[in-house]
Amino acid sequence: MKECMVRLIYCEMLGYESSFGYIHAIKLAQQGNLLEKRVGYLAVSLFLHENHELLLLLVNTVVKDLQSTNLVEVCMALTVVSQIFPREMIPAVLPLIEDKLQHSKEIIRRKAVQALYKFYLIAPNQVQHIHDKFRKALCDRDVGVMAASLHIYLQMIKENSSGYKDLTESFVTILKQVVGGKLPIDFNYHSVPAPWLQIQLLRILGLLGKDDPRTSELMYDVLDESLRRAEINHNITYAILFECVQTIYTIHPKPDLLEKAAKCIGKFVLSPKINLKYLGLKALTYVIQQDPNLALQHQMTIIECLDHPDPIIKRETLELLYRITNGQNVTVIVQKMLDYLKQSKEEYTIINLVSKIAELAEKYAPANEWFIQTMNAVFSIGGDVMHPDIPNNFLRLLAEGFDDEKEDEQLRLYAVQSYLGLLEEEDAVYPQKFLQVMSWVLGEYSYIINDEGDPEVIMTRLCKLLKKTFVTSETKAWIMAAITKIASLNRGSKTVDKLIQEFSTSLDTCMRQYAFELKHLCEDKDLMKNLLPRDASCNDMVVDASLSFLDGFVAEGLSRGAAPYKPHHQRQEEKLSQEKALNFEPYGLSLSSSMSSSGFTGRQSPTGLSFGSDVSGNSTEMGQKEMSSLKLDGVKKLWGKDGYLPKKESKTGKEDKLEAVPPGSTLGGNMVDHPLSEADQEVVSPSEEEKEKQQLASTLFVGLASNNAVSLMGKADTTTQKFKRKSKISETQNSEEAPSIQYDATLSFRPLPEAQSNDNENIQSTEHVRLRKSSLSSSEVLEASVSFKRPQSLTEAGLDAKLPDCRLSPSSLFADNNIEVFQPSQVIPSVVASKASLIPSLSEELANNPHSEAVELCSCDTLAVNLCKVWTDDCLLLVLFVANRSSSALKNVNLVFENSEHFKIVEGLSYHFPVIKAQSLESCQKSVQMEKNCMQEILVGSLNYQLEMETGLEFSVTLSLTDFIRWLIFHLIQMANEH
Amino acid sequence: MIKFFLMVNKQGQTRLSRYYEHVELHKRTLLEAEVIKNCLSRSKDQCSFIEYKDFKLVYRQYAALFIVVGINETENEMAVYELIHNFVEVLDKYFSRVSELDIMFNLDRVHIILDEMVLNGCIVETNRSRILAPLLVLDKMAET
Repeated sequence: MKECMVRLIYCEMLGYESSFGYIHAIKLAQQGNLLEKRVGYLAVSLFLHENHELLLLLVNTVVKDLQSTNLVEVCMALTVVSQIFPREMIPAVLPLIEDKLQHSKEIIRRKAVQALYKFYLIAPNQVQHIHDKFRKALCDRDVGVMAASLHIYLQMIKENSSGYKDLTESFVTILKQVVGGKLPIDFNYHSVPAPWLQIQLLRILGLLGKDDPRTSELMYDVLDESLRRAEINHNITYAILFECVQTIYTIHPKPDLLEKAAKCIGKFVLSPKINLKYLGLKALTYVIQQDPNLALQHQMTIIECLDHPDPIIKRETLELLYRITNGQNVTVIVQKMLDYLKQSKEEYTIINLVSKIAELAEKYAPANEWFIQTMNAVFSIGGDVMHPDIPNNFLRLLAEGFDDEKEDEQLRLYAVQSYLGLLEEEDAVYPQKFLQVMSWVLGEYSYIINDEGDPEVIMTRLCKLLKKTFVTSETKAWIMAAITKIASLNRGSKTVDKLIQEFSTSLDTCMRQYAFELKHLCEDKDLMKNLLPRDASCNDMVVDASLSFLDGFVAEGLSRGAAPYKPHHQRQEEKLSQEKALNFEPYGLSLSSSMSSSGFTGRQSPTGLSFGSDVSGNSTEMGQKEMSSLKLDGVKKLWGKDGYLPKKESKTGKEDKLEAVPPGSTLGGNMVDHPLSEADQEVVSPSEEEKEKQQLASTLFVGLASNNAVSLMGKADTTTQKFKRKSKISETQNSEEAPSIQYDATLSFRPLPEAQSNDNENIQSTEHVRLRKSSLSSSEVLEASVSFKRPQSLTEAGLDAKLPDCRLSPSSLFADNNIEVFQPSQVIPSVVASKASLIPSLSEELANNPHSEAVELCSCDTLAVNLCKVWTDDCLLLVLFVANRSSSALKNVNLVFENSEHFKIVEGLSYHFPVIKAQSLESCQKSVQMEKNCMQEILVGSLNYQLEMETGLEFSVTLSLTDFIRWLIFHLIQMANEH
Repeated sequence: MIKFFLMVNKQGQTRLSRYYEHVELHKRTLLEAEVIKNCLSRSKDQCSFIEYKDFKLVYRQYAALFIVVGINETENEMAVYELIHNFVEVLDKYFSRVSELDIMFNLDRVHIILDEMVLNGCIVETNRSRILAPLLVLDKMAET
């Protein structure tokens, strides 16, 4: 059995799992004869770790052996306890081991102390009550027991040196005896008395004497003695000397001793033995912090060591130089370090050294040129393994600058020039991090050299990078952002046009996204300028991480009957349990929420905020201009790295407005559906994101949410980040908001599907912001005029995107049936407080059917016509709302549809409103049937009314085949459900 | 603080390994391979201490056998360097002219000796006769 166990140990040692044998190791320890028992214990200590479950099985054996009369068994048990023992079983053996401290045999006492040391390591509070027994062990008549107790004391003094000052004298006496050769001769090692014991004692003295003159006083003599005694030329004496020197320099200094120690170090450093040289350098490194002059004495040796063929020695010398770096020698030292770095291949060394160089360069840089060049070297060597703080700190330094404005300018100028030079080289491959730094700097500060340099050239160089294969998509994102920033400072550029053209069709969605954003920004230069101002990367942003500004909004949502927020996984589960058939919902869902987030993004573009990041500017406008591309846009937006920050403003704005809407308005309902849940999500998740954000903040505000770009983190993330930025302004705004709400609302509450009106509104809101900018003390103004367009466009887009689906397959119609999708329709273009009565809303009976949201067909100063499609069980119902906006009642309003060959209106072509009161709303219903099959046809109608003179308003309704099929499908589904 | 104690021969075969901090089995083999590669790449006139990752290696070569000890910052390299020699002296005394084969065929005994000298990463005993005492008792008992 014992042989087997040894073989098993062999197997484990060679890396083969042999867990099947663990139990046998324990058994062997339990049952075998003495030698077998020892091997069993040995195997246990080799195989198992502290928390292994089998370890508990050992306790009983240990207890039994501890009580054995056979000293060898007791010895073994104590050995295994001091190697490995389950913490929770300590009480079971502790009394037994305490007894052993009084044992007559020194080896038992020694092993007992070792076992207690182990207990102290794993559960210090369990052995607190026997501290006085440790003292007894320290004064034991046997050297071995005393030496064993030193381990405990070293540990305890490390943790709390002040508690053991009274023992200093004892330690000093012990050391004196050891040094004086009072120990039995067999403790000598190469005729040096108990060297490891001396080292241990010296360490303890060092800890005790640190910053304590009085205690230090006690040990000067013995240290002096140690230095003197250790004169035999043997390695082990050098080990003692080294420890001695370290102790002398740790405790309160005594000039006389320091001098001797310095001499000792000199001996080390000058020694031809390489190991001693190493030790000398290490001692010098330690000592030099107290006494830099020592380095001067050994200058030449240090220089020699720098060129030593052994890289380890070089490395140690650099470490030494690192400690003595100052403003004057930094250039040389960093140069040496870089030289070493270039030869080094080990990752750990590179990381370590690179951060040291960066630190030195930042601290002591003598000149701008030098600093930039050094950092260039750091970036190109450190590349992607270095700590992310290094580029972050560097960029922050550039952005925030020093006190001297001129100096900053020069530094940036030099950086730009140097990067341009680097990019000029063909075929040069730089690490990603370096490229990112370059593109940020070029994007932010290239205007400095615009007088002499051509932005075209810079952009061309950046563009070239985009085509290189070694550039990752994260870096591409940085480059794109840089190009956008440069483009914003210059009128139309061929390079940009070419770039847009090229990447608009890119297969990389991120790149395509950037290209589109850039394109639309280029079309609106003013907006672009606002969005990407010069040199504004340092503007402060205040962040409310708790998103407390949303509390009211959430409460309001809840009071309106919105479902409380459920975490994503919970929703997922519910959805899964609900759905038996194919799951189409996620598409619908994600679409609508993506729309909402694109709404946010779009709206905030006109802010005067200065973060380059928000490239996504007018995506909403764009979206509405190009309905067909809307869907794609919205989706992409999530993944894009649009701004991180200004986002929340739009949110705030909206929230405020929401509050202005009377309760009962359907808008709330809408909000509750997707955006609210999203908002809620934000409320819950930010703490997690927060950290990450903070870390990246310095680079992020530049406009490059690098992590988003790469990881496609999903909307929750993007939006969260945006929201978090909700600044101080949100408070200011609440107070200043009131008047502007009305203004905005009137502007936008009318549903204006055409692009034209959108643009109008946009311009107006931009102007509006500018106005407010001046009125607000804060330089960063929120975009308050986030209009109601969002909910509307959301539904609009939602429907639009769905209709084609309907045509494609009946199954996608099913998706349409989804409540999720239709919910927004209750929303109906909303109106601000004073106009509450003009909100077109369906009667309850009709609202239960699937229906579209109300769309404005036409309007004039006095009248507005809204249309809502309702799919009832048997037909398509057109519900027309005629709102009287004027202050007087309107009489004899006639609504007439023109005859159409495709459709038949059941109730007749015309409808007569006898009177529509001022500021009120009337509705009429028309059932439409399809006479002739067609994919899509337009139903034209007009509205006539008498007010001073006969006035007519024309409108048209587009009806498609799906409008008619729709109710049929619902009907079928319902039937199916019933059966 | 000593982290591990290794005996590896020039072919890279581990002859003894003792870890004072728990290391997963598959990581041990990796570590050992790297460590021996590092040691083998150094010539005799280079120093016996290597910086490896966040700890240091102290190694000593005896014929074809390397003894490598991993230590952390707080340990005195030279003291460990001499400890290795002390260990070899003890083995030499016990096996009388120790060879690699002795270690291979008496793995358990070598371990027992090492356990007397180093415990929980601390040097606990360096007195040759005291180190060997428990083992000699065991041997005597096994004979009878």
